[in-house]
Amino acid sequence: MSSIPISLLDLEEHDACGLGAEDYQKKEGKWCAGCGDFGVLNAVKRLLAKHQIRPEKMAFISGIGCSSRFPHYVNAYGFHGIHGRALPIATGLKLARPDLDVFVVTGDGDCTSIGAGHWIHATRYNANMTVLLLDNNIYGLTKNQTSPTTPQGHPSNTSPRGSQLPALDPLQATLGVSNASFVAQTADWVPAHLYATIEAAYTHPGFSFVRVLQRCPKFTPDVFSANVKNPDLTELLVHEKGVNAPGLEKLFKATRVHDPKDLDGARTLAQRKDMLRLGVFFCDDSFPVYDEVRAVPPVTPEEKIQRLEKEFDRYAV
Amino acid sequence: LDRPTGNSVTINEVSEHTLEIITDSGEGAQKCAQIFGQTCAKMGNGVWTVEIIPAEIEPPHHTVTSTSGNIIRFGTHKITNWGDQSKLAIAFNDQVCLSRHRLGSFKDNCIILQESAWENHDDPNIRKMYAEAMQEMSSKNYRFIQVPIEEETLKIVDNPQLGKNMFALGLLAEIYQRDLAIIEKQIAHMFKKKPAKVTELNIELVKSGIAWARANLDFRFHVETIPPTDVRVVMNGNQAAALGAIAAGMEMCAMYPITPATSVSHELASIIENYGGIVHQAEDEIAAAGVALGASYGGKVALTVTSGPGMALKTEFLGLAIMTEIPLVVLDVQRGGPSTGLPTKVEQSDLLSAIYGQHGDAPRVVIAPRSIEECFHAMVTARRIAETFRCVVIVLTDANLATGVQQFTKPEFDVRWQQAPIDFSPVPEGLRPYDWDPQTGLSRRFVPGTPGGAHTVTGLAHDQFSNVSYHPESNELGCKMRSRKLAVFQSTLEPPEIHGDPEGDMLVVGWGSTQGAIEEAVDRARAGGLRVSTCQLTFMSPLEPGLKKIFSRFRKVMTVEINYSDTLGDPYITEETRRYGQLAWMLRAHTLVDVDCWTSCPGQPLRPNDIYNSIIAKSESGAPK
Repeated sequence: MSSIPISLLDLEEHDACGLGAEDYQKKEGKWCAGCGDFGVLNAVKRLLAKHQIRPEKMAFISGIGCSSRFPHYVNAYGFHGIHGRALPIATGLKLARPDLDVFVVTGDGDCTSIGAGHWIHATRYNANMTVLLLDNNIYGLTKNQTSPTTPQGHPSNTSPRGSQLPALDPLQATLGVSNASFVAQTADWVPAHLYATIEAAYTHPGFSFVRVLQRCPKFTPDVFSANVKNPDLTELLVHEKGVNAPGLEKLFKATRVHDPKDLDGARTLAQRKDMLRLGVFFCDDSFPVYDEVRAVPPVTPEEKIQRLEKEFDRYAV
Repeated sequence: LDRPTGNSVTINEVSEHTLEIITDSGEGAQKCAQIFGQTCAKMGNGVWTVEIIPAEIEPPHHTVTSTSGNIIRFGTHKITNWGDQSKLAIAFNDQVCLSRHRLGSFKDNCIILQESAWENHDDPNIRKMYAEAMQEMSSKNYRFIQVPIEEETLKIVDNPQLGKNMFALGLLAEIYQRDLAIIEKQIAHMFKKKPAKVTELNIELVKSGIAWARANLDFRFHVETIPPTDVRVVMNGNQAAALGAIAAGMEMCAMYPITPATSVSHELASIIENYGGIVHQAEDEIAAAGVALGASYGGKVALTVTSGPGMALKTEFLGLAIMTEIPLVVLDVQRGGPSTGLPTKVEQSDLLSAIYGQHGDAPRVVIAPRSIEECFHAMVTARRIAETFRCVVIVLTDANLATGVQQFTKPEFDVRWQQAPIDFSPVPEGLRPYDWDPQTGLSRRFVPGTPGGAHTVTGLAHDQFSNVSYHPESNELGCKMRSRKLAVFQSTLEPPEIHGDPEGDMLVVGWGSTQGAIEEAVDRARAGGLRVSTCQLTFMSPLEPGLKKIFSRFRKVMTVEINYSDTLGDPYITEETRRYGQLAWMLRAHTLVDVDCWTSCPGQPLRPNDIYNSIIAKSESGAPK
């Protein structure tokens, strides 16, 4: 597949744990050639190297689908769970272990269909984790079924005459949830933007939701071909508090200054279908973060016993 | 204590008594019963109380659907179940009384102290309802006594709704010769956060009830008390399970509201943060299991609490926990099913789904506490098994244990009941995430944070490196190792104790909450000369060892369960079509013994008398070889 040729950023590498980007690759990704998941894996490896995260200090949680194989390929703790349910596992893990960096990798079927309930509520919990929605507009692993984000009219094995309904827009949905604190969109064919967006998400304290627009080389190779071929059809959201990758503004003629704190503006932009927009739609780090608001001081086993003795006094006869 | 004097009063010496307080919801029956029960317990009686809960929160008053209240059974000795029918009742109106009558709750000759305001009420509709109710109840030989509960209460407080319960408590205090000093103390404790005036008024109401009873009632019941020598606590099974979770060191309870399990999380929510933990109310049952599993993956053995419909939803996550060998404790407070079924009522019908309700082979441990005290200890046991064997442990209680209140000896807590610190020591070179001991299937769990242990757990079939593997041998080995752990755990168990002789004509086998009622029924049958014994199982998966040998010493083996089974002789029901009670199915398959069953699913705990009758009937029907 074609892709806009932008070299990845030169990244400074710290020597805190001495691991380079390639050291974070546990094994070869087994996706189809040309799958956007490879690009996301590359960006994530570079992020981990840049921030020198020790493999044991992070966990990648996923559900089921092509993208959910992601944790198997990263040198980190991983949890490849069940379809649609990565977010509850990630929430439980973060509550139990706020010391860990938690990443969730999910697909459009996994997140916006079978896991849609969890998606809304995890957004509202706003636990500190980075959520990557690898959205290729189709079910790939089960071989070409319509997903909620499949474009209207696009044929698949379950809608041979084309998807009947307008696609669900994950940005609009996420921006509609109370306490949503970080919502961004990027694309697999713009690696520099992809990397910078994932990094912005990672550094945001709270639930950082990144929709990565992707093409499935088998079933949706052309869904974004117009944008891939003609960068003028894509508008870059720029702001000092947004995603900033050098060189991008040269490539994309259409740029828009958008303050990520402007929720109304973000919702309006997400709703407009005149152009594809990449960037941080919304970011506000002042919202309550679930793992912080639910944090309680640790209690030793001995103290617990002492308190339990008193607790039972309430029930003494 | 002041004893009533005079020839007009009969004092009946009884070893135990069952009574109920029945009111419209919101009239404070629970408070009255709670204080009465605590007073009995403090004086040294055995007590079991059961709540009568309407299905709706605020049903229309003075109707048969608004009945709220408590049944209290107390006696000289330990009380293990709600017993048979009630022998005395205080009813705040004729309709709630009628609802209990229709359920067959009152024994013939039951004494019913009834509010006198309705018989000659100004409203002709109320008079009519009253007359019709009394007519319907005249089929039984109840002794009705009219008591001006509201009138007497109004002499002390302006709003009788907030005082009748304490007047009723006074009636009971006099009828059963309860220690007023203890009652006063309990009232003071109950209202300690309210102004002192509230306590004073309540005590005044109790005294007025006592005075009315002294002046007007010609009977008393005397239940001998033996003052306790140990420190006791009194609570219901859900409170006991919640405190057990705390004692087990659990720091995460993820749940979604569901009757009758929710009050476990109420108890936990009010205290768990003092113990370094939280209750997470998830968006649904599935997420509750997922959050618990995620926390457990992170090293905190977590709990999720639910009931039947929630179990159904959590099923896929349980399979994931089993496949990834992440410890998880699930408390299933059983209610009537299928579907929404009987949300507030008891049934023991989740046994087979708890053990087998999964696609694929998914071995898990299932334990069923037999008493309220065991609800506490079961949580400690469950946490420990889950952690030791990297497995799912399901604790099956039920609505009977959840809402029944009983006293038991205060446990002596042990810090070792809590989770052992997580082993974060670096993983030695070469050790694999599923380095199963070929004998036991046990392996060290690499909790995130452990250096050198980074790996990806997966619900897919996997090899010992946790790599996805579709290799035939690898899958066979995984199945074998996950199953082996159950056999290893079973090897640590003792055969069940037999209540009665170790051999005889019939062995009654029960499980979980029915222990008290079954043993009482069996004792009655033995007293009548029958060679009947019973054993009550608590480990359901794996089953306790030695069952076949135990069964071989009895001519007939029969389970008693609160679930559905077909009755031979019903249309189409033959030996070929007959569906058995759930434990009976299991025991037949497990032992190849022709185990019979007597089951019932009335939405109520079993009554000893009904079990006794089934023993008699099954004894007469002859024993299979």
